[in-house]
Amino acid sequence: MELGTDPRRAPVTAGDGGLGVPQEQQRSAGKRQSYPPLLLVAAVLVALVALVPLGFVVGYTFSTGWDEAQRLIFRPRTGELLWNTTRLTAGCVLLCAVIGTGAAWLVERSTLPGRRLWNVLLVAPLAIPAFVNSYGWVSLVPAATGYGGALLIVTLSYFPFVYLPVTATLRGLDPALEETAHALGHTPWRTFRRVVLPQLRPALLGGCLLVALHLLAEFGALQMLRFPTFTTAIYDQYQSSFNGPAANMLAGVLVLCCLVLLLAELKLRGRARYSRVGAGTARPATRARLGRLTPLALLALAVVTALALAVPLGSLAYWLATGDSAEFSLDSLVSTTATSLGLGALASVCTVVLAIPVAWLCVRHRGLLSIALERSTYFGNALPGIVVALALVTIAIRIAPAVYQTTVLLVVAYAILFMPRAVVNVRSALAQAPPLLDDVAHSLGVTRMSTFRRVTLPLIAPGLGAGAALVFIAVVTELTATLLLAPIGTQTLATQFWSYSDSVAYGAAAPYAALMVLLSAPATYLLTREARRGTRG
Amino acid sequence: MTALTIRGVTKSFGATPVLEGIDLLVPAESFTAVLGPSGCGKTTLLRLIAGFADPDSGTIAFGDELVFSDRRSTPPQRRRVGYVPQEGALFPHLTVADNITFGLTRRARRAGQRVAELLDLVGLDKRVSGRYPHELSGGQQQRVALARALAPEPAVVLLDEPFSSLDAGLREGTGRAVAEALRATSATAVLVTHDQAEALSLADQVAVMREGHLVQLDAPEIVYGTPQDQGVASFVGEAVLLPAQLRDGLAECALGTLAVRSPSGDGPAEVLIRPEQIQLHDGGGTAGVDARVSDVSYFGHDASVRLDLLPAGPRVTARVSGGALPAPGTTVRLTVSGEAFAYPSRDAEAAASLR
Repeated sequence: MELGTDPRRAPVTAGDGGLGVPQEQQRSAGKRQSYPPLLLVAAVLVALVALVPLGFVVGYTFSTGWDEAQRLIFRPRTGELLWNTTRLTAGCVLLCAVIGTGAAWLVERSTLPGRRLWNVLLVAPLAIPAFVNSYGWVSLVPAATGYGGALLIVTLSYFPFVYLPVTATLRGLDPALEETAHALGHTPWRTFRRVVLPQLRPALLGGCLLVALHLLAEFGALQMLRFPTFTTAIYDQYQSSFNGPAANMLAGVLVLCCLVLLLAELKLRGRARYSRVGAGTARPATRARLGRLTPLALLALAVVTALALAVPLGSLAYWLATGDSAEFSLDSLVSTTATSLGLGALASVCTVVLAIPVAWLCVRHRGLLSIALERSTYFGNALPGIVVALALVTIAIRIAPAVYQTTVLLVVAYAILFMPRAVVNVRSALAQAPPLLDDVAHSLGVTRMSTFRRVTLPLIAPGLGAGAALVFIAVVTELTATLLLAPIGTQTLATQFWSYSDSVAYGAAAPYAALMVLLSAPATYLLTREARRGTRG
Repeated sequence: MTALTIRGVTKSFGATPVLEGIDLLVPAESFTAVLGPSGCGKTTLLRLIAGFADPDSGTIAFGDELVFSDRRSTPPQRRRVGYVPQEGALFPHLTVADNITFGLTRRARRAGQRVAELLDLVGLDKRVSGRYPHELSGGQQQRVALARALAPEPAVVLLDEPFSSLDAGLREGTGRAVAEALRATSATAVLVTHDQAEALSLADQVAVMREGHLVQLDAPEIVYGTPQDQGVASFVGEAVLLPAQLRDGLAECALGTLAVRSPSGDGPAEVLIRPEQIQLHDGGGTAGVDARVSDVSYFGHDASVRLDLLPAGPRVTARVSGGALPAPGTTVRLTVSGEAFAYPSRDAEAAASLR
């Protein structure tokens, strides 16, 4: 889950080139046919698969029984893990909110020099997987462990999750609102507090939720920094006692934490809608003059980007340059790269294909059921990779031992974990192909199949491609689920990197890390573009 | 081209009736405008004709061929309708030429047949054929949408408020070009609109709809001159409606004694006078009634003058040419030219329902 998209931010009413379908028509189009049965069956199956890990955790907890569960959960060890997880999450969310919002304001609303460059630099940390970031730090500064180190490093990895949506909201905010507030006699500061800040709330909360969910799921970085949380503890339990009830109970507590977060965010977000009323694009806002504070602002951003980019990349470059050539095997690099690319391609195609029926129902046949099906695929975003992997391992061993330790199971795990990205992208792609165009094609005597081929497919192809690309990159940098589920002998870039850096072979690990960073860069670009479009969340 | 016959068509969405027993005959090669306020069911009617949805009961026939009856419905792909939706809905990934030939056979598409001919028909330059929809103005998009609909030589052309998204200047020119193209191809066409000027100026016959019913189907000048009821009168054009007493073919009302078109019996009535029938004079003379000018809306080519009849009469609106206009507060003398049209007295709700 290193690069995430928040699915709820995404009802992207993407610029539709004058194809807006009147509400009335969409409604009547939806009413005249109920859910097509084949599509419905497909979507239900996909939703069920997506719900497997959650269902497993709940079912397992119940079947364990209260006494046994109590014994496994209420231990000093659990309390310690809970405390660690909580203080890390709280601290990191707070820091990310401050850094992300501050940087977003500087870039979007002040006269800061070099804003375009800063925007790129502030998003770029997303291209460095958190476990590569911590590798960069630990290999250079071995003391950067424990709470302090973990807090610093995960904050540097995750603050863009707040920066991106807040920037997008600030950019999409109609300056007319602020001008109206000024005209009503509000001072600039009062306007910011009473008009701008409330409108940033959904973006800020969404970003914070994303940071918190990523933290709960983070394994590689924290393991490397020797800061035990639920994820690392589950992994250790699994390694030592293999598939024990203890690991599953910890996973249950972790899932509970995730659900609490989701509910808290829903509650805090409230029911208010903060979208721009009326059509047309907003004018750019007037920027605040920094004046003599400019050097201070520049220094602050320089420090952030130096810590988040220069340190890990510098460290990586150092190990690449000085790595012992005896340790390095080109064959292994090539074969792991091929494995990663192959898995990425397979998983991204599967995930996008699975996402199509769900997204199609949701866009073309909107109803309570189709919305429920769509939402159920989003749990992958909230479930840590380790929980999904553990659930699949246990289920496979019990029900279908034949798929255990196969690529099939691994791809299923990827599909569950990264389904939200695919669904979000397929959904906004389908919004580019309104049913009105189908009506027009039908009236011109073109058959359904032919309409799909000549109209719908060409229109949604770019969106499908973007969704596949995002899943692809996520798979290539996925570590936790791959460690648990990859067939014996299968090594990906992430797992090979992990086994080298785990045994302190920093030089040998460097080429693998470098490749992952290079492969992540395009996805990071895609994310910034998506945020720029989706300003009306 | 074929005539379109609709008989007894009803349609409801859930418990809400949208169309209740629509009968409509569109003669072959004629242009009919379906006029009504938003929510009256006119777009639904169009979608039923196109086959995008099916009526609950009734029949729809293209010429002799029933395309809907007794739940047997010809799918839109085989109805041969040309459909021009709001804002054109051109395929955004195709050029103008590819949009126009979209409904033709593969071979005809390859040959790019008829593109030049159709562009010429809708009054567009051949050079736009290589452009993409987003590179066209709104009016051009509508013309391409019409060319696309006409290309497969449809039995009936359906236009769903095609000009409502255009700005006023473009609307009239585009409307005229579309109407000319439809006449040139002898198309049987149905235009759905809420704009009465558009309906009156473009169509051969106007079907006025209200709350799921078709209330009047007549030539434009008949709909305007002798509206079915007061509701239609105030929806189609501006109306001055005054209570009156009919006697011997004359109506006595606040504007004096007026001649009545095709009178029917004596007694209390309501008369319709169009604002352009009311003429203003500087005072003096014996004919007419006095009124005080309340306010004036000046449009350039003409002006609307709102007047309070003296001493305490109702307020009426006169439409006068934009020359010398009276100042608000002055007193003028009003006369009525031409005949008034009389309705039996009514309860007030009926008029309110259309407005």
